[in-house]
Amino acid sequence: MAYFLQQLINGVTLGSMFGLIAIGYTMVYGIIGMVNFAHGDVFMIGGYITIITFLALGVLGVTWVPIALLTMLLIAMVFTALHGWAVERMAYRPLRNSGRLAPLISAIGMSIFLQNYVQLLQGARNKALGKPLVSGGMTLMEVEGFTVQLSYMQIVIIVLTVALMAGFTLLINATALGRNQRACEQDMRMARLLGVDVDRTIALTFVMGAALAAVAGMVWLLYYGIIDFYVGFLAGIKAFSAAVLGGIGSLPGAMLGGLLIGLIEVFWSAYFSAEYKDVAAFAILVLALVFRPTGLLGKPEVEKV
Amino acid sequence: MAATATVASSPARLPFAGMVKEAAIFALVALALAFPLVGFNILDKGAGSELQTRFPQMFYGVGVLFVGKLAMSLIDAGHARAIAAVSGALALAWFLAALVGVTGTQYQAIAWLTWLVALSVAVRGWVVMRRARGTAAQARDVGAMVNRLALYVGPAFVAVAVAIPFYAYVIDDKRLVDLGILIFTYIMLGWGLNVVVGLAGLLDLGYVAFYAVGAYSYAIISINFGLNFWETLPIAGAMAATFGVLLGFPVLRLRGDYLAIVTLGFGEIIRIILLNWNELSNGPKGIDNIPRPSFFGLQFGSAAPKGTVSFHEFFNIDFSPMHRQIYLYYIIMFLALLTNWFTLRIRKLPIGRAWEALREDETACRALGINPTNTKLTAFAIGAMFGGFAGSFFATRQGFISPESFNFLESAIILSIVVLGGMGSQIGVVVASIVLIGGPEWFRDLEAYRMLAFGGLMVAIMIWRPQGLLAHREPTISLEPLARGKGS
Repeated sequence: MAYFLQQLINGVTLGSMFGLIAIGYTMVYGIIGMVNFAHGDVFMIGGYITIITFLALGVLGVTWVPIALLTMLLIAMVFTALHGWAVERMAYRPLRNSGRLAPLISAIGMSIFLQNYVQLLQGARNKALGKPLVSGGMTLMEVEGFTVQLSYMQIVIIVLTVALMAGFTLLINATALGRNQRACEQDMRMARLLGVDVDRTIALTFVMGAALAAVAGMVWLLYYGIIDFYVGFLAGIKAFSAAVLGGIGSLPGAMLGGLLIGLIEVFWSAYFSAEYKDVAAFAILVLALVFRPTGLLGKPEVEKV
Repeated sequence: MAATATVASSPARLPFAGMVKEAAIFALVALALAFPLVGFNILDKGAGSELQTRFPQMFYGVGVLFVGKLAMSLIDAGHARAIAAVSGALALAWFLAALVGVTGTQYQAIAWLTWLVALSVAVRGWVVMRRARGTAAQARDVGAMVNRLALYVGPAFVAVAVAIPFYAYVIDDKRLVDLGILIFTYIMLGWGLNVVVGLAGLLDLGYVAFYAVGAYSYAIISINFGLNFWETLPIAGAMAATFGVLLGFPVLRLRGDYLAIVTLGFGEIIRIILLNWNELSNGPKGIDNIPRPSFFGLQFGSAAPKGTVSFHEFFNIDFSPMHRQIYLYYIIMFLALLTNWFTLRIRKLPIGRAWEALREDETACRALGINPTNTKLTAFAIGAMFGGFAGSFFATRQGFISPESFNFLESAIILSIVVLGGMGSQIGVVVASIVLIGGPEWFRDLEAYRMLAFGGLMVAIMIWRPQGLLAHREPTISLEPLARGKGS
């Protein structure tokens, strides 16, 4: 029981990070119907910007944790969002009207480009945080010598995710931008006719997705204390699986899918085998697509002839 | 000449101050992008890291981009000739400097950036000048032209390919044959994937899985059952095709990009299984000592095993390691041409026509009674089979395989060969393989930038020609005009 509870906590933590990345996939897919393959690498860039900010703060002598966290959060979000915007502007916008395949290939190219760009600039080796920013934790229970730990970092991750999700839901449901987004998602041509600046809305979608991915990158770095240029590939694929599992295009679905993927991965490693945990995530993706292509919370797609 | 300049300036003409402002905004965005990742360098220090700044390089790079953007605006404003000449000269001078080896400094990256910017400005100026003369329209249908010439280009290419090993043997250049083998392997993989992506229009991001299945099937069967290359090859191909059917059956109902992600997932699953299933695949250590092919029973070693005769003894020539390389070269050339011949023939069969029809409009196909799942499955299986053949060849050529040879990047490279060449174009695959695989091999010092350029090239070509370099979609069958019918 205690072991189960510990795995549950770990799973929810991991799932929160996948959920944050998954939102970027699901929003972009919802609005322009493409898989933004480079999104995982935008997440990785978020992690790198965080570690650079962390080290710079160390040089400047900022040590009070809340201030340090907030600064890192803001800087990572702003600069990563800029990367997300630039990727859209350079690689996807020119291809808006050229079918489904061309943007996907362009996105794969962008993903390879970003990975090698970071590798070239920062070196191929893992980058380590050194000392953790948020350490310690509380003991929830102790059964038969097994202690259930909830670290402060896990609390930060879960609280941050919940807060961002709440803010984000508000943004989509209650602001003019969110309304434009929903309009573009339903019918881009009609939205354009009614005066919605479609290009701007799409660009902002990428910006928001990248900002959330930056948060995921930040907490990933702070949680594991280490990052490398290749981390975006696997995390991105898993987050995409989460988006598909939850129902692509649906924001609560992305979060739910993220949680499920995180839980499945953690429980699989805990009870079966850690080597095949990635297989579990991919197998779930395949099963979800085969048996329920619309995902758990997705709307069925109407086929237009 | 003044007249051409005015024609070239058809886009809205900005005043010079406006251009500077535009370029400044561009440079500011670039600066903001470059600031964290280019401006700072994370150095490993013990268990942690520390920071190092490199602002001069960053500012230099942004400055180059500013000048480049300004030059682009000037080209649009009608100064194409002058700008193209200056930047072209710069790019050429830099290239020559690189050839004699001036740029071996730690600032290599920004030197490359400078060259790239100068080159792209020159190319842009050249394009604008051409457009002003009205020759761009002819260039656009280069795909159609190549199709018309295919009758001559194909045989010419084969003749050159046949001749290369003789030439290499005479000048004793083993590298050339190795490179030829590598390029032909990718041509074969590209042609195999072209059946799936180009003809049937199914985006397969996990093609490397079938390559891996072929390679491992070959390695395991030939080691455990002692079969030779030509006996094992069909078995490995059949194994890969079976896998294609098994994987394809549940997922081929899915639409384009879902299919892409699921195939990617399968590719990764196969790799992870190979990595962890030690009893079957020997895990990350890989399989060693895979039998090499023999020439009608003649081994290629310097000393033949007891009781057999080796190739050089039989023909009574001096031993040379190139004999085996050349033999391998002809094997892969034969296999690749077989793939090509098969594809060209099957395009004319009902199944081939159904693939192309399915690619263009699935709904219409269903209305006409084509079973989409079976049709797609055939394409998937045939593509997988050729992947399996190529995998067998890879295993026998290397003599050693490990899961790391079959990662996602390999799939991405094969796919980009197909897409960059122009989906469905057989010659496009050849051109793209030579450019993408052969190019980087000749520029060895570019190693670090190879994958960066690779990714950038994929994006650039998609934006420039979303349909691929040599794409030319023409119905392979069309109705004859009535007047020319046989009855008349």
